[in-house]
Amino acid sequence: MLGRSLREVSAALKQGQITPTELCQKCLSLIKKTKFLNAYITVSEEVALKQAEESEKRYKNGQSLGDLDGIPIAVKDNFSTSGIETTCASNMLKGYIPPYNATVVQKLLDQGALLMGKTNLDEFAMGSGSTDGVFGPVKNPWSYSKQYREKRKQNPHSENEDSDWLITGGSSGGSAAAVSAFTCYAALGSDTGGSTRNPAAHCGLVGFKPSYGLVSRHGLIPLVNSMDVPGILTRCVDDAAIVLGALAGPDPRDSTTVHEPINKPFMLPSLADVSKLCIGIPKEYLVPELSSEVQSLWSKAADLFESEGAKVIEVSLPHTSYSIVCYHVLCTSEVASNMARFDGLQYGHRCDIDVSTEAMYAATRREGFNDVVRGRILSGNFFLLKENYENYFVKAQKVRRLIANDFVNAFNSGVDVLLTPTTLSEAVPYLEFIKEDNRTRSAQDDIFTQAVNMAVSIPVALSNQGLPIGLQFIGRAFCDQQLLTVAKWFEKQVQFPVIQLQELMDDCSAVLENEKLASVSLKQ
Amino acid sequence: MAAPMLRWGCRGRRWAFARVDGGSCHRRGAPTGSTSNQIRGESSVAQQPLHTAQKTRKGEHKWAAVVGLEIHAQISSNSKLFSGSQVRFSAPPNSLVSFFDASLPGTLPVLNRRCVEAAVMTGLALNCHINKKSLFDRKHYFYADLPAGYQITQQRLPIAVNGSLIYGVCAGKKQSQVIPKTVRIKQIQLEQDSGKSLHDNLRSQTLIDLNRAEGQLRVDANISVHHPGEPLGVRTEVKNLNSIRFLAKAIDYEIQRQINELENGGEILNETRSFHHKLGCTMSMRDKEGKQDYRFMPEPNLPPLVLYDATSLPAGADPQQVINIDQIRETLPELPSVTREKLVQQYGMLLEHSFTLLNEVGLLEFFQNVIKETRAEPKKVTSWVLNTFLGYLKQQNLAVSESPVTPSALAELLDLLDSRTISSSAAKQVFEELWKREGKTPGQIVSEKQLELMQDQGALEQLCHSVMEAHPQVVMDVKNRNPRAINKLIGLVRKATQSRADPVMIKEILEKKLSL
Repeated sequence: MLGRSLREVSAALKQGQITPTELCQKCLSLIKKTKFLNAYITVSEEVALKQAEESEKRYKNGQSLGDLDGIPIAVKDNFSTSGIETTCASNMLKGYIPPYNATVVQKLLDQGALLMGKTNLDEFAMGSGSTDGVFGPVKNPWSYSKQYREKRKQNPHSENEDSDWLITGGSSGGSAAAVSAFTCYAALGSDTGGSTRNPAAHCGLVGFKPSYGLVSRHGLIPLVNSMDVPGILTRCVDDAAIVLGALAGPDPRDSTTVHEPINKPFMLPSLADVSKLCIGIPKEYLVPELSSEVQSLWSKAADLFESEGAKVIEVSLPHTSYSIVCYHVLCTSEVASNMARFDGLQYGHRCDIDVSTEAMYAATRREGFNDVVRGRILSGNFFLLKENYENYFVKAQKVRRLIANDFVNAFNSGVDVLLTPTTLSEAVPYLEFIKEDNRTRSAQDDIFTQAVNMAVSIPVALSNQGLPIGLQFIGRAFCDQQLLTVAKWFEKQVQFPVIQLQELMDDCSAVLENEKLASVSLKQ
Repeated sequence: MAAPMLRWGCRGRRWAFARVDGGSCHRRGAPTGSTSNQIRGESSVAQQPLHTAQKTRKGEHKWAAVVGLEIHAQISSNSKLFSGSQVRFSAPPNSLVSFFDASLPGTLPVLNRRCVEAAVMTGLALNCHINKKSLFDRKHYFYADLPAGYQITQQRLPIAVNGSLIYGVCAGKKQSQVIPKTVRIKQIQLEQDSGKSLHDNLRSQTLIDLNRAEGQLRVDANISVHHPGEPLGVRTEVKNLNSIRFLAKAIDYEIQRQINELENGGEILNETRSFHHKLGCTMSMRDKEGKQDYRFMPEPNLPPLVLYDATSLPAGADPQQVINIDQIRETLPELPSVTREKLVQQYGMLLEHSFTLLNEVGLLEFFQNVIKETRAEPKKVTSWVLNTFLGYLKQQNLAVSESPVTPSALAELLDLLDSRTISSSAAKQVFEELWKREGKTPGQIVSEKQLELMQDQGALEQLCHSVMEAHPQVVMDVKNRNPRAINKLIGLVRKATQSRADPVMIKEILEKKLSL
């Protein structure tokens, strides 16, 4: 049952094959078994069981709230949850219990979803590995998969298995690990420059960044307000569409949400053919650092579309090379501003020093933030200084406009969706990952995702090492349904294999009862 | 905090000075109207002729002062600028604080429509250009009563710009003449207010109230002095002036301080100062705020504020979702300058009287109500309202609404005067009685106190006769053509009538009897 998709388990609930409480308990037990993954910061067991009980009553009375009623979900720990600690994986917010729910959390609860817990991340979502949070790094469930283990046995150089685990990518690594390890059916991430898509690619999941303005940010503790979007992590495209249907829509508490009415629910048609589609391949995304495996899968995916009748053309996004540095300036500037409220006065951490308010601020912020956060605050304040503002912030804004126009031009030239890699390579071992600093890693890992407004990462195939590789589809803003429809067609063609975690969990029968040993059409 | 504020930057008000006798005495001259000075302007400044109150000695430099005001005025709205929490005067501390007001992580600002409308209306009333698109910015500084670490304001593209306000300045020998002047308004911006800090120095604690619904007006004054024809001087900013009186005092003090400083070879620092109202002087504020870099940044959580007018209003737009400038213009009440002009034209009133009528809350309405109910001439009404009535109010420090005399009572009194039922001195007496708030009408007071003018010709003739008999010497003086003597007789008769007789009538009778 746990291995099923959200849609499938929803049907099972409706048919009474399983009750919400049974489902909730199975997930809770799996959360305990996979605790070493460090996917969750807080497990809201009592809340979830209570919600399950209420859901069960509704099912009994024939008053189900819909597809999400009774479905276990997890939420990244940078979304405010009423009465549940929300830490952003930072010392600064340890012990902070928000008095309100983020709009997206409230919407999921209103639909009857069960909140299993709050998931791990890089501190304040600043990172691409989920390795830089105060609660420690998140381990990629694929490290323990049969697929990866078998490949490793063939490798005579593999040494200590336990220390050789892989990162999930990030910053929404906890959410990705939670869904990937079957502890829930969907999870909220946040995506600013790739924070949902990147871990989705590394954990073999669908990772979706909806159009900015489609989903409310109210209650999401911001990284970059002008780019943050609540992200969705699921095991298949249809599931992402169900969750999007529950979340999308204007919010009077978020003035940047758009007021256009939205087609609900987000039902995705099954495309019979793609002959009317035009797929764009951005030539600038073919960078030297791209692993040959990813490159090969990317071109095979393009071939697949072409062979099925789609028009596949090369397009140019000429300002791509500026996106990392542009993002750096805008991101750190907003970070400097957004982090100003964490001063130890009203909530969160406060140091013991009380000689003056200023001394208290300084010590609180030194103790509360890690080096990455402090570094970004420092850079951001530098860029915002009167003498630097024009040269950095204003220029970066102009470059952002040019980059955004690149996409608009591509779409206006007749392209329906762009097809790109999500990451340079598959997930790397933690020990490998931490050889570079956070900034370098983020710049590399988010190279294909940073400049993008609306996009979805789809798991495509396993690498030679037996690890997932994802490809990214980028759509025109507010054409989310169209993008997901194309992604769904592609997903069906590639038949990405289910993660095999038998060695990890004794309870393999429960996990694998629905296992599909599907053929992989895009084999290396 | 987050009480909605309107911020007006008034620029270019300027005083001119003449140094007198080499001492430190100075006089404030009339502010020059419609100057084009920019107090922060580094560009060349068009100099206006200086109005100096006193002549300057040869070889002495004149000083000119340039003053710009940043006026923080609280918008009268039910809820705060960016949150739904209420605005209420004297509510218990921190009782009106939403999650946004407390800057809880993840909360977002939502613009209050009423505040935007108030800002547009203010802009229209002050002859501003209303920007169809305006933007919000974050202004950063760390302070305990600023929980977000930044304040949302409109730095780059405010809601209204380039306005003007006509005001009156007293001039002439007795300061009785009012000269209309114009001050230019650089911009009007919507700004979130910060919280309020209460410092407890004894316990080294600071208490913070995030309600911030007090203090409707706060002014920061930027002041510099220079020699006319030379570049503008270095300015100082005197912050947090919360009354007009302190504002004037602080400006006067600061101008004189700067002149003294410069004349003694010192220099003016670009700094923030505070006004000590007990000592009546300004002092340098030791905090670094004056030199602080506010690191302005666009507010990413608020889209541009777009306003419409009749021509740009999209077809089928939801009136709840858009703000129509023309619609607000229609609801604009008559502006004071128009009212003043009407008063001058309709009642032949002096311009300075019209200023006085409008400067006192409720006085114009009182005046108009009296006019409506009385047959007396408007000039008479004006004189009574501005001299007698306002005089009594001022003397007892009362507001118009607290007056013991109603417009109807004054109207009745003026009718009695107009019909010559009572003399004007009797009228003053009646007014004084009315002020005692004993619930009597002017008519009742007149009859109780027997203040009616004597209309009985025979009785009056009899009285005149008696007086003439009693004062033969004065009668002789009159006959000897002493022109003042008749007035003495009139006075004596009036006294005998307890001032109830009309002096004109008495004079006629006396002249007849004396065969003059």
